[in-house]
Amino acid sequence: MKVAITSTSQQLADPMDMHFGRARFFLLVDTETGRFTAHDNTPNLQARQGAGIQSAQVVARLGAQTVITGSVGPKAFRALQEAGVQIALIAEACTGEEALRRFQEGKLPVLDAPNSEGHWV
Amino acid sequence: MSAKLPTIAIASGKGGTGKTTVAVHLAALLVERGLPVHYLDCDVEEPNGHLFLKPVLDTAQPATLLNPVIDEERCTSCGRCAEVCEFKAIAMLKKPLLFAELCHGCGACALVCPVAAIREEPREIGAIESGHAGPIRFIHARLNVGEPMAPPLIRQLKARRDPAAIALLDAPPGVSCPAVTTARDTDAVVLVADPTPFGLHDLTLAVEALRPMGMPLGVVVNRAVPDDDRVQTYCREQAIPILAELPDDRRVAETYARGRLLFDDLPEWRGRIARLWDNLLTLPGLEVSP
Amino acid sequence: MKELVIISGKGGTGKTSLTASFAALAGNMVLADCDVDAADLHLLLAPDIQYRADFISGCEAIIREADCRGCGRCAELCRFDAIASVRRASNGVRVHRVDPIACEGCGVCVWNCPHQAIDFPDCHCGEWFISATRHGPMVHARLAPGSDNSGKLVSLVREEARKLAKQQNREWVLVDGPPGTGCPVIAAVTGAARVLVVTEPTVAGAHDLARILQLANHFKIPATVCVNKWDLHPDMTEQMEAAAREAGATPIGRVRYDSAITAAQRRGLSAIEAGAGPLAGDIHAVWRNWQAVAAGNSGSANP
Repeated sequence: MKVAITSTSQQLADPMDMHFGRARFFLLVDTETGRFTAHDNTPNLQARQGAGIQSAQVVARLGAQTVITGSVGPKAFRALQEAGVQIALIAEACTGEEALRRFQEGKLPVLDAPNSEGHWV
Repeated sequence: MSAKLPTIAIASGKGGTGKTTVAVHLAALLVERGLPVHYLDCDVEEPNGHLFLKPVLDTAQPATLLNPVIDEERCTSCGRCAEVCEFKAIAMLKKPLLFAELCHGCGACALVCPVAAIREEPREIGAIESGHAGPIRFIHARLNVGEPMAPPLIRQLKARRDPAAIALLDAPPGVSCPAVTTARDTDAVVLVADPTPFGLHDLTLAVEALRPMGMPLGVVVNRAVPDDDRVQTYCREQAIPILAELPDDRRVAETYARGRLLFDDLPEWRGRIARLWDNLLTLPGLEVSP
Repeated sequence: MKELVIISGKGGTGKTSLTASFAALAGNMVLADCDVDAADLHLLLAPDIQYRADFISGCEAIIREADCRGCGRCAELCRFDAIASVRRASNGVRVHRVDPIACEGCGVCVWNCPHQAIDFPDCHCGEWFISATRHGPMVHARLAPGSDNSGKLVSLVREEARKLAKQQNREWVLVDGPPGTGCPVIAAVTGAARVLVVTEPTVAGAHDLARILQLANHFKIPATVCVNKWDLHPDMTEQMEAAAREAGATPIGRVRYDSAITAAQRRGLSAIEAGAGPLAGDIHAVWRNWQAVAAGNSGSANP
C-alpha cells in the first residue's frame, strides 16, 4: 500500500508538515518495502488559490491510498474524498517516521470531515 | 430630450468619505428639478442607498452566474476541462470535480470538452431588487454572504439601467475590480474625498485607476476644513475640477447617522448640492437639456 | 502567536486608525495591511521598506493586432464584454482589442482564436513589501490600480505576516482588513481565530454590521464588535450592540467621536501616540477587552 506523508523536507526523519494544502513535500512510502520517494510540492505552495485542490490532485496521481497529515481544508477534503484517498490524522507534530509507525500500529484516526478553514474562500 | 442622458458614477478610493451622501442628495436634487433619475447602488457587498432614499422595492430577481454541469455518462475523464480552467475551479481526480465558488463562469470548460459532456446552468450568487423612491427609479443588488465575486453582479445591475433617465451609480469603495467595473462606460466619475492623509492618498489611487479609462473626473471635497487644503492642491496640480467643498459639520454626521436627508434639517445643503450639479455639467461631454 | 483581524463591513469607520493605535499598544507584534486596494496604514507607520517583491497573479489576454484578422470569434466568446472591434492604426483595417480592465484572464479567447493571434502573459498585479516600523515589522502591498485578484494579494500579505511572526517569535499579528464582504474580506478572515468589527452608529453602519456578522458566522469565526464614534447616536449604539449579541458576537467597547483622531492622522501618528485624553482612554479599554477575549477570559463569542 502507498501512503503519502506531508513533510517539511525530503527525509522521513525530519518533522512533518502539518498542513496538507501547503505542504512543502509529499513523501510517498511503499509500506510493503519501506522505500519512499520525495515529491516537491513547491509549485502548489505558491498558488494563492486552490492550493489544497492541486495538492489533492498530486497525491491522487502518485497513487497514494492514504495521506497522513495534520489538517485538511474543505476543498482539499472534498477532492481527496472524490479521489478515494483516505486521510489519517496526526494530532501533534512529529517526524515522518514516527507518523508512519503510529499509522501502521493503527493509532491514527481517519478524518471524516475537513478540520481546517482553508486559506482562501 | 435629444442627447442621451448621462451615466454618472459617484466613487472614492477610501470608504466612508460620503459617496452615498453625495449620490442620494444628487438624486433628491434632480427630481426636485423635474429630471428623470435612475439610482443604481453598485456597492453590492454593502448597499446603503436604500437606507436614505427608502424606496418601495416591488421587484426582486435572483442574480446568477453560469456554472458547468458535467454529464458523467458522457465524460471520458480526459481532464481537458481542468487543464483549461484558469481559476482552478475544476480538479481532475478520478473524474472532474467542480468547486463552484471558484468558478468565474467563463465557459472555457464547456467549449473545450471534446465529447460535449459539459452544459452550463445558472447558480444564484445574489439578488437584484428594484422599485421607486417617489419619482426616483431605484435598483440595488446584494451579493450573497460568503460569495466572493462582486463584478458579475455589478455588470448585471448596470445592464438594467434605464436609458430614459440620468443614471447615478453609487460605486463600492476601493480601486480594484468592483469599483472599476462600476465606473466602466460611464460619462463622468465624481470622486468624493476627505481632506486627510488617508483621504488624499486613496484619492490619488482612484485617479490612477480611473484616468486611463478616459471619462472626465471631478472631485467633491467632503468634510472640508479651513486649515487643510491638501486635496484642493492635488486637484489643481492634476487639473481635476473641484465640484464642491462640503464643510465639516457634526450635525451632518448626526443627520446621516439617522438615515435622514440633509435638505429638511439643514436647508443650506440644497444650494451646495445644486452648485455641485451645476459644476458637474461643465465637465466635457456632459449635457442635460431640460 | 495570536492574530487580530480587524474588519468593518462599511468603509471609513476608523478601522485603520484603531489598528495603528493597537500596534502602539501591542508591543511585540507584526502588522499586516490587508486593505490592499486602498492601503493607508503606512501613512501612520512611516515604514522603511526592507524587502519588496512583485505580485504576479493570473494572466491577461493581449491580441497581436498585426496577426488579428478581425474574425470576431474572441468577442463572440468573451463573457466579460472585454473585446471590442477597432481600426488598426496603420491601415484602418478592423481588428479586435482587449480592454485590460474588463479582461478576467480566463483564456477563452486565447485558446479559441483560429489564428493564434492572442498572447497570454503573466499579469503583474502589484507589489508587496516587508518594512520596519517604530512598532515592529509590517507586511503591506500595493495593488496595481484597477487590478483584479485583490483577494490573492490579501492572502499573501496575511501569510507573510504570520510567517514573520513565527520566525521572530512575536506575540501578535494585527491585520488591517478591507471593507465589504467580497473576496478580499473573505481572504482576510478565513482561518482567523477571531475578528474585531469596527463599526459606527449610523443606519449604514448598522446595516453593514449585520452583513459582516453574517459573514463571520458563515465562516464560523467568532466576532467582537467595537462601536466607533458611539456618541453620534447613543441609542443606535445600544441597538447595534444588542443586535451584535443577538448574532453571537461580543461587544468589547466604544470609542467616542473626536476630531483628535483626524488631528493625529494629520501628524502621521496614531491616537495613542498623539497623547492621552479621553479618546486614548477609550481605545485602551477596547484593547484590554480584546486581550481578555483573546485569552478566553470573557467567555466564548461563538454562537
